[in-house]
Amino acid sequence: MSHRPIAGPDAQPAHFAFSAENLEKANTHIAKYPAGKQASAVMPLLDLAQRQEGWLTQAAVRVIGDMLQMPYIRVWEVATFYTMYNLAPAGEHRVQVCTTTPCWLRGSDKIVSACKKTLGIGLGDVTADGKFGLTEVECLGACVNAPMVQINDDFYEDLTEESMTAILEALQRGESPKPGPQTGRTSSEPLGGLTSLTTLDAGAGDD
Amino acid sequence: MPTLTVDGIQVTVEPGSTVLQACEAAGKEIPRFCYHERLSIAGNCRMCLVEQEKAPKPIASCAMPAADNMVIKTDTPLVKKARKGVMEFLLINHPLDCPICDQGGECDLQDQAVGYGLDHSRYDENKRAVQDKYMGPLIKTIMTRCIHCTRCVRFAAEVAGTPEIGAVFRGEDMQITTYLEHAVTTEMAGNLVDVCPVGALTSAPYAFHARPWELRKTESVDAMDAVGSNIRVDARGTEVMRVLPRTNDNVNEEWINDKTRYAVDGLKRRRLDRPYVRRDGRLQPASWEEALQTVAARIQGLKGDEIAAIAGDLACVESMAALKDLFGTLGSANLDCRQDGSRIDPAQRAGWLFNSTIAGIEQADAILLIGTNPRHEATLVNTRLRKRYLHGNVAIALVGEGVDLTYPYEHLGNDAALVQAIADGSHPFAATLKNAQRPMLIIGQAALTRPDGAALQAAARALADNCGLVKDGWNGFNVLHDAAARVGGLEIGFVPGEGGRDVAGILDGARSGAVKLVYLLGADEIDTAGLGEAFVVYQGSHGDKGAHRADVVLPGAAYTEKDAIWVNLEGRVQLGRRAAPPPGEAREDWAIIRALSGAVGQVLPYDDQRSLRRRILEIAPHLAAVDQVTPAAWTPFGTAGQVAATPFTPRFADFWLTNPIARASATMAKLSAMFGKKGEEKATGTHG
Ligand code: SF4
Ligand code: FES
Ligand code: FES
Repeated sequence: MSHRPIAGPDAQPAHFAFSAENLEKANTHIAKYPAGKQASAVMPLLDLAQRQEGWLTQAAVRVIGDMLQMPYIRVWEVATFYTMYNLAPAGEHRVQVCTTTPCWLRGSDKIVSACKKTLGIGLGDVTADGKFGLTEVECLGACVNAPMVQINDDFYEDLTEESMTAILEALQRGESPKPGPQTGRTSSEPLGGLTSLTTLDAGAGDD
Repeated sequence: MPTLTVDGIQVTVEPGSTVLQACEAAGKEIPRFCYHERLSIAGNCRMCLVEQEKAPKPIASCAMPAADNMVIKTDTPLVKKARKGVMEFLLINHPLDCPICDQGGECDLQDQAVGYGLDHSRYDENKRAVQDKYMGPLIKTIMTRCIHCTRCVRFAAEVAGTPEIGAVFRGEDMQITTYLEHAVTTEMAGNLVDVCPVGALTSAPYAFHARPWELRKTESVDAMDAVGSNIRVDARGTEVMRVLPRTNDNVNEEWINDKTRYAVDGLKRRRLDRPYVRRDGRLQPASWEEALQTVAARIQGLKGDEIAAIAGDLACVESMAALKDLFGTLGSANLDCRQDGSRIDPAQRAGWLFNSTIAGIEQADAILLIGTNPRHEATLVNTRLRKRYLHGNVAIALVGEGVDLTYPYEHLGNDAALVQAIADGSHPFAATLKNAQRPMLIIGQAALTRPDGAALQAAARALADNCGLVKDGWNGFNVLHDAAARVGGLEIGFVPGEGGRDVAGILDGARSGAVKLVYLLGADEIDTAGLGEAFVVYQGSHGDKGAHRADVVLPGAAYTEKDAIWVNLEGRVQLGRRAAPPPGEAREDWAIIRALSGAVGQVLPYDDQRSLRRRILEIAPHLAAVDQVTPAAWTPFGTAGQVAATPFTPRFADFWLTNPIARASATMAKLSAMFGKKGEEKATGTHG
């Protein structure tokens, strides 16, 4: 779903300015491209602005347009095209539940309902305190550890209702739960222990 | 030059042509939505599919470069089936609302659905619906109809030079809009309606007024500025419903500006539809007989040098020629068609023409603008300048007020003395001009109407000579006029004769009492308060400033209501045609003057327009070449003088309200409130 909530004029801050540190990063990005091609830096700059503010404000779109000498509509086209730019406040912890087929087969419905129950909000909503946002997304490429969610930059995998609830509660308490598989397995090793390269006869080719 | 076969016909096309162009060269019609001759190629609608031998699947002909030995088929079952498929996809989400759609009857989608559409839909799902967008007061949007061809996006970015329209979101959610739904800030917005192949963008002022098949279409010429854009006037009954552009690559290509297109609602308001005579201090309705006799009685008591005539911006060549002849027989040399007080030397054509021609701009490689804002004074010339800029390798510089011209330029400053500095080579831009193959200058009326306008014209001439602007088959000296009547008036010599008074002289004379009768042929932009005690005859179409000051009002025809000769700023002779009758008792202008000549007992020797035109060709034989430009010889002109080192002032107080028709137009009033002087102040800080 690329058509997603856009903050109305009242919710838009009037001004945006990159922090000194981000400005330096932005200039590094711009410097990567030859003169006259600064527009190529639009995506990293939008990302920087979003990280700084938590979401992408119109003020930031205009500042970036001016920095890169792009018409605002051209920046806005990019910002609306990619779903990972949030055009409205999306919560401090942005919980994105994958509900594509593999995750769904492995029980993503339950993960969604655990999130709804713990956070008290529906899909597409943000909690009243602005701490959590909940959205449904398509495959995030971690199907081997399905079901999974992405919270900000981290993947939480091999989830159950219980582990999902525990993660959210930890976040609510201000802790930082450990990302990755929640069942104790290392990355995407087989669940029942290692099978490859441990014995010579692993049954390869038998079936 | 690639040679290829299209449906068995061999064609050779220009290198860089597309397969679609090759098909057209072979006389094959290719359906299309996104492709437009004057825009970049998008290749996103897939309607133009054709079959290419040895290609595994149909190709989009608009995006495929034509190459040697290609074998193209445009009429096979495969092609037909492919196009049908595309059409079916387009119609999945397109509403079936043709009966309430303004595009109905002139819609590309409707037309092509006849050829390639199914008679039923295989889709039961809901159609997608899109919220309408605000794009400004001229564009009505029904975005559910949009087929995402992106012609409007490309037009705004490329031709208009205001990249304000874009496609946001993506896939099924894609929507065409402006940034945060700001109004588009181009004076070419009406063309968006023309380029949109469906009814997504339609004309707001014209919404639901008429169906195309009810309209009588007349090919004519625009009079809102001096470009002479080729237009089609669509009328129903006696009413002009709309104006559309006609293609003429030498003049306006296929665009017109918004004043040309939308000022026509001014044709219905404030019209002078009967003669008036001032009695007891008030203008009172009168008969033609009475009005003409009143004027004649006045004239007969006066000597030739006590009467004077000023022609306004909308006067046609015929009316000026007749008036000039009449004043000639009355022994008056007090004539002027330069109501703006232009100091231009009327003696030599080269001195007041746009000698390079509009199409010639595309060959120029160094361009100097002097005291002009072509975006407002001649929008379509500015469009050419932008086109030239897009081709690259051109140096553009401006001496004058720095404004957004839709292309970058070097702003040399706003000081008239710079013209002399470039002319004598002390300014570095002189070298740029000298080193160019086809250098040109464009000098506007903001320069020529200054008190030192004559000196500026001479300085520009010196600049042209010194910097090599005139050489082997190229004349880079260009005057930018902004009034439709002006060049025609200069061509037939509607200027002061021996010892005659110019506009300033006429106004002085009226003030001092030396001039006792002033005949205003649609002249509204003069200082009417300065006419003193003079008896004022106003002949024109609208109750504007001139008519309010008049003692006798003679109602004339507007430019859409008469057959007339117009000469554009290049000196191109074009014929305007009558699309609707003048209202009420109003008459064609030359006929009014002919009637007046009878009343004063000096009957002009022409009984119909043909004999009048023959007379015009006696005065200016080169006007016989219709649709042509007769080049002017590079003869000496101008009087050198002192150029004051002062800035140029903008030519128009308000671009949208430059003539009586525009001032009577509700649409122009709306645009003026939004984008004119006041609007600009309001709009600061929101561009993009
Ligand atoms: S609004 Fe019209 S011109 Fe623009 S993309 Fe849609 S169909 Fe094409
Ligand atoms: S389906 Fe959920 S990560 Fe691929
Ligand atoms: S006309 Fe060729 S793809 Fe649209």
